[in-house]
Amino acid sequence: MTHTLPIIPALVANFAASTALASIDVPIAYLEMEIARPPVLSNLDPIPDDLGRMGAALGLADNTTTGGFMGHNYVLTDMVVPLGDDWLEAARDVLAGHRIVVVNAPADALLALADLPEAAGALIFNASAESDTLREGDCRANMLHTMPGYAMRADALMQFLVSKRWTDLVMITGQHPADMEFADALRESATKFGARIRAEREWDMSSDMRRNIGQEFPVFTQDFPSHHVMLVADEAGDFGPFLEFNAWEPRPVAGSAGARPDAWSDRVEAYGAAQLQLRFKRLADRPMGVVDYAAWAAVRSVGEAVTRLNTNDATAIRDYILGDAFELAAFKGAAITYRDWNGQMRQPIPVATRTALVAMPPLPGFLHQVSTLDTLGRDRAETACNAFN
Amino acid sequence: MIRSTVSTLAMTALLAMPALAQEVWVSNERDNTISIIDVPSMEVVDTIKVGARPRGIMFSHDHKVAYLCASDDSTIQVIDVTTREILHNLPSGENPETFALHPDNRHIYISNEDDNITSVLDVVDRRIVAQIPVGVEPEGKAINRAGTIAITTSETTNMAHWIDTETFEIFQNSLVGSRPRHAEFTSDDKRLFVSAEIGGGLHVFDTETYQELAEIRFEIPDVHPHDVQPVGFKLTEDMSRVYVALGPANRIAVVDAETYEVLGYHLVGRRVWHMAMSDDETKLFTTNGVSGDVTIIDLERQEPVKTVKVGRFPWGAAYRPADS
Repeated sequence: MTHTLPIIPALVANFAASTALASIDVPIAYLEMEIARPPVLSNLDPIPDDLGRMGAALGLADNTTTGGFMGHNYVLTDMVVPLGDDWLEAARDVLAGHRIVVVNAPADALLALADLPEAAGALIFNASAESDTLREGDCRANMLHTMPGYAMRADALMQFLVSKRWTDLVMITGQHPADMEFADALRESATKFGARIRAEREWDMSSDMRRNIGQEFPVFTQDFPSHHVMLVADEAGDFGPFLEFNAWEPRPVAGSAGARPDAWSDRVEAYGAAQLQLRFKRLADRPMGVVDYAAWAAVRSVGEAVTRLNTNDATAIRDYILGDAFELAAFKGAAITYRDWNGQMRQPIPVATRTALVAMPPLPGFLHQVSTLDTLGRDRAETACNAFN
Repeated sequence: MIRSTVSTLAMTALLAMPALAQEVWVSNERDNTISIIDVPSMEVVDTIKVGARPRGIMFSHDHKVAYLCASDDSTIQVIDVTTREILHNLPSGENPETFALHPDNRHIYISNEDDNITSVLDVVDRRIVAQIPVGVEPEGKAINRAGTIAITTSETTNMAHWIDTETFEIFQNSLVGSRPRHAEFTSDDKRLFVSAEIGGGLHVFDTETYQELAEIRFEIPDVHPHDVQPVGFKLTEDMSRVYVALGPANRIAVVDAETYEVLGYHLVGRRVWHMAMSDDETKLFTTNGVSGDVTIIDLERQEPVKTVKVGRFPWGAAYRPADS
């Protein structure tokens, strides 16, 4: 399936040549693990079945158009491993035929995949798992992350709050592992940027819901110390969306609900994003979600590398993506690059409510000696990752 | 893309009598209007209601009509310059963003940004005569003076596509930095300039060999490189200068178009997009998208002289000379 081609001078690709000569095939796999999601208070916003998959599909469409001019033939194979099926067996199958795999799976499943002997020398993109450990002690040289970690999201939100001088905070956390991890990141970020979380409380869902939310939350939040903003770590969207206007004090809510920092929001429209949103909506008949964006960015990163390198070699693509020459226009205002110490994609993080964009950190005034994008998340000097040395 | 056709004789006449028109028309993307700036007084003298999401704007070569991309209405509007009324709407293909007018004053090459298409419109027959598949998010458009080559830049494909205007086929593709936004030929047709917004450079190509001659880079003290995003630019007729809008760097770069040396920067409004130049090349009008104004730069004194408030998110600008 692989042809060895003389390298066409990278700056001028001849269209006639690309149609006449043999082309390069670039197979990419999208592998998803079906997961059981916890129940939430409201089912008004079901999670789409094709979340992530459609993002990869749009990335493929974008790559294919460019590839048509370059003689690069992209093929995307997607596969969802149903609940209860053998994840690693499916992963082995996919890795047998693909050296580039975009993965939408929880952190432990992703890590197990990356550690398979079949994954050696492959290029794996993490398009969904947010655990910071995957970027730190559990980082892997064959794994890049287009999804930002919890620390990046927390830092984006904290930059915004600190820039508003809203530094007195309280926090309500849920009980799922993701809630705990995000809450940890928020605590660390508050310390990093000089905000303080004056009190915390855990929402355990054992409250007397017979009295309903409007009666329960005011009591639950009544004895919080005075604060500017109420943080909420409720990643499944269980109770967080109901906090606003139901707390004792009239304070804005931010974190998992209210003003939410994420890799993407369907409220982003500047920097050409309106076109990306429209392209996605035409393809998927729904707004672009966070995992869609991360999967799109992974497939596009491969496309950008193949366009410039004229090769389908996974190792060469990985090295180019991590190198200084790589940059991807990704509709958030700054060129996307990757951190060469842990494989994390550098990116602005929109902070948005359900109705409007609030801010797009990194914000002015948060300086960095190399890239202001590195004010979001753990920096080179702090990293515990040494797989990239 | 708006070329001056003013002769020396006309210039003399212009200097001898009060100007009749001399206007800059500015499309306001989120107001669905055009602001008309009177050049001598440097004030907005009229605001025209137009179609949805107006972006690309230019005058016909005889300056009798203005053409406007009403993007969200998927049409090119034709506006009478004297009555300032919309004469009719032309077919454009879906979501036209910007365009260029062939020297024949008849064919307009249009970027249909959501469909990866360049449409060719015949303004006399009022029909689309060709649709050319190009890269993802086509944007910048340029046609050489000889009328033989049309350029389309594709923002997500990161290419300048060279289109033969006889066959309507792409005969060459040049890779550039990320998000190419605008293209222009030098007045002798020998070089092509292409700006790359996210890449941060201005690429220069030889139009015979298609080889890249230079990539001009910009470094501004106290401005982060992320914010240096070249978008629109204008070459002077004598090819000595190119003025480059740098987006969120809020500056216009002054570049020597022969040596490619950056000579200096002018501070303008926020997120500067595009620009128009007066036919005598003494004034530059920049559209500052986020601050909603136009900065007027005196090119003889090389300094900004006035900021004029226009509508929301001014996008394109076109200059209408006095004798039109």
